[in-house]
Amino acid sequence: MDNIQKKLQTKSKATFQDYFGKGICYLCIGMIILLVTCILYFIASKGIATFTKDKVNVFDFLTKTNWNPGATDSHGRPDVGALPMIVTSFSVTLLAAVLATPFALGVAIFMSEFSSKGGSKILQPVIELLVGIPSVVYGFIGLSVVVPFIRGIFGGTGFGILSGTLVLFVMILPTITSLSVDSLRAVPMYYREASLALGATRWQTIYKVILRAAIPGLLTAIIFGMARAFGEALAVQMVIGNAALMPTSLVSPASTLTSKLTTDIGNTVMGTLPNNALWSLALILLLMSLFLNLLVKFIGKRGRF
Amino acid sequence: MNAKKMDHLATGIIYFLVGVVILLLVAILSYILFNGVPDISWKFLTSAAQSFSAGGGIRDQLFNSLYLLLLTIIVSLPIGLGAGIYLAEYSTDNWFTDLIRTSVEVLSSLPSVVVGLFGYLVFVIKLNLGFSILSGAIALTFFNLPLLTRNIEESLRSVPNLQREAGMSLGLSHWKTTTKIVLPAALPGILTGLILSAGRIFGEAAALIYTAGQSAPTVDYTNWNIFSATSFLNPMRPAETLAVHIWKVNTESVTPDAKLISSASSAVLIIVILIFNLGARYLGNKLYKKITATK
Amino acid sequence: MKKKTIISLVLGFAALMLILTGCGNGSSSKESSTTSKSSSSELSGKITAVGSTALQPLVEKAASNFQKKNSKVNITVQGGGSGTGLSQVQDKSVTIGNSDIFAEEKQGIDSKKLTDHKVAVVGMAPVVNKDANVKNLTMDQVKQIFTGKITNWKEVGGKDEKITVVNRAKGSGTRATFEAAVLKGAEAVKSQEQDSNGTVQKIVESTPGAVSYLAFSYMNDKIQPISIDNVKPTDANVETDKWKIWSYEHMYTNGTAKGATAKFLEYMNSADVQKTLVKDMGYISIQNMKVQKDSKGTVSSK
Repeated sequence: MDNIQKKLQTKSKATFQDYFGKGICYLCIGMIILLVTCILYFIASKGIATFTKDKVNVFDFLTKTNWNPGATDSHGRPDVGALPMIVTSFSVTLLAAVLATPFALGVAIFMSEFSSKGGSKILQPVIELLVGIPSVVYGFIGLSVVVPFIRGIFGGTGFGILSGTLVLFVMILPTITSLSVDSLRAVPMYYREASLALGATRWQTIYKVILRAAIPGLLTAIIFGMARAFGEALAVQMVIGNAALMPTSLVSPASTLTSKLTTDIGNTVMGTLPNNALWSLALILLLMSLFLNLLVKFIGKRGRF
Repeated sequence: MNAKKMDHLATGIIYFLVGVVILLLVAILSYILFNGVPDISWKFLTSAAQSFSAGGGIRDQLFNSLYLLLLTIIVSLPIGLGAGIYLAEYSTDNWFTDLIRTSVEVLSSLPSVVVGLFGYLVFVIKLNLGFSILSGAIALTFFNLPLLTRNIEESLRSVPNLQREAGMSLGLSHWKTTTKIVLPAALPGILTGLILSAGRIFGEAAALIYTAGQSAPTVDYTNWNIFSATSFLNPMRPAETLAVHIWKVNTESVTPDAKLISSASSAVLIIVILIFNLGARYLGNKLYKKITATK
Repeated sequence: MKKKTIISLVLGFAALMLILTGCGNGSSSKESSTTSKSSSSELSGKITAVGSTALQPLVEKAASNFQKKNSKVNITVQGGGSGTGLSQVQDKSVTIGNSDIFAEEKQGIDSKKLTDHKVAVVGMAPVVNKDANVKNLTMDQVKQIFTGKITNWKEVGGKDEKITVVNRAKGSGTRATFEAAVLKGAEAVKSQEQDSNGTVQKIVESTPGAVSYLAFSYMNDKIQPISIDNVKPTDANVETDKWKIWSYEHMYTNGTAKGATAKFLEYMNSADVQKTLVKDMGYISIQNMKVQKDSKGTVSSK
């Protein structure tokens, strides 16, 4: 009796193993949280300095269109209107995502639903290859191929949102594709079997069953793609023209938050307004991607059944 | 009938999309390879870089890229695994999990240069790690973690619940089930994540300029003492990777053969990534078969 | 069991490192150790030079030559931009801050704390795409082009083609030099901005009607350098200040340089570096200059 009671009351080896495992996982999560908090705090503290220390009006920062942090306007206030960069970043990212998603989804469906094993065995490594090409190389291909191409068709200089979108399209394609493939493959086989058994065509199965079941995963794939587009600087900087102007059309030179940030940060002195203003751009970038992220998630929740 | 037509139409469209993408892939890859491969020679791969005279190679840069990859994986894979396991196996659907997920995703959108400067101010200066491979590896972890975590989570989730139930019913702990049954079964998906993030490591430049540095001091490949400043294994030495080298050559270099070096380096980089991808997949599959006992 | 031990080992290691480095933080010596034994002739110490990407290759090469003779000196040379270089040397985070620009010209830098070492002179010239068919401009025309008053090449005797101005990054040394010499206080037209010489070179080369400015060393036969008031952009013209657009490459130290750092900076100005490396880089030797410029841009004969 005693023995059994003891056995029941003491924790088994398995329980300790679970404690151990959970501990490790919490440690990892803790580290990630630590990293995220660190960098968020870092960017926020630097980015807010523009508004607290240099007394720039937040509203002005977000709505004025004149970016010239070194100089002051007629009222003696620094010229830091970030609207052109915000608009450009948003448009480039959204356009690139809108353009890349159908292609990425098409390829992902092809790889997970259509192709024999051979097709995807070749396609997947090649697509993943694209992730590893340095941004600079994309930038130069963009500069020597895309920009002249756009110039030839639309006139102007060829630098602008359109060129930026096309380059980003190629850059985020592999990310969205491989993540989408994974989430399509994660849809259990019996979903497909059930649907086909009901007499649905392959497309009906894909569209009505598989895509819907995979929506959360697909959305994350798109988010990651957009995130990459948002944060990309070196390649975009070369093809978008990098001019802090309000974009008037898709082919007028413009500048994204990141391209401005990357170009100027090495030339500013830490703690001065021009430098702080750049960190504010980083902060805005962060908030914007948070916003996009939540938006996509919200849409995803609405779309689920 | 309508459904059938629709099916054909959709199939056609998908084939069209795939065709376009394949065309694009072929175009980009052949552009880079055709420009670069003719200039790759044994000498190019095995000699040191030159600052401003022609004929420099990429020996150190190539090694640094690989070494940085290794270190970054050592730093980020365990954290990614732990976090992925937590999200897939232990987490419940609550605000905390949502918060973690969102913050990790937002992390991946940070521009490289911001992470680079953060790394510079915190790791290089504050923590006194100096311009070193280690600083670079920690900075790269920031980019890697989101993709890795999410990929590991997704692949763990795609393992059928039957397997977990089987493990538990044998009296194994949740943790044992996860590490012994679910994790091995999820290996191929985890590999995808690893390969994707490896690509990012190979291709990253902006973040490394401020952390791992953009100069490659001469190192001694016969010095195996990991603490010696000239040892090639020393993680505390500054190291210029191939992608940083390509960036440097293209932006500020006055080397007469800059164009050649950059196109040849890009081609080398692609070939190395290809070898890595295929190699990782091959090894992964072998391992997968061994530990899951599938044929 | 094996996998678990590995995971926990790695994790433990990572945590340990985090703790160790965290503790090290408090006592981290910001002093850059440039100790040299005064008694022995052999130099030793650690030098970190950070800043201007344009100057980096020169310093890097010189450093590796210097280290061949002084094997105990460890020199790390990195880029990051002039602003980074100046602010880091001001904070004493690095030993030497490389800069394309006078510390006096940089907002937020206390130039009194820093000691300037000029190591080379760089000449810059406007460049245009060959298509524009322009080879010579007056100083005033250049000014009007960059302030947006002249917008078509035919107004200055070239082809009927729109001018695309490609400026350099705000706050960069190149832009500051160009604006001081050409615009003289007028504000440049808002336009494309690029940070690096290489990118500007490629954009001007491939964009019809593009105009920008580059350091002499980045000129090639695919772009057209512009003579101003019929003065050709050559080293000889810079040395006598006949060509106005030029500046120094600086290496700043916090306070007076000591020990190995002083020796290294001395080496930078020695004939060894100035006669060969500086020339190879496409810079002009500081010793060849017949004139000098101060931080306000006033030129006087040497």
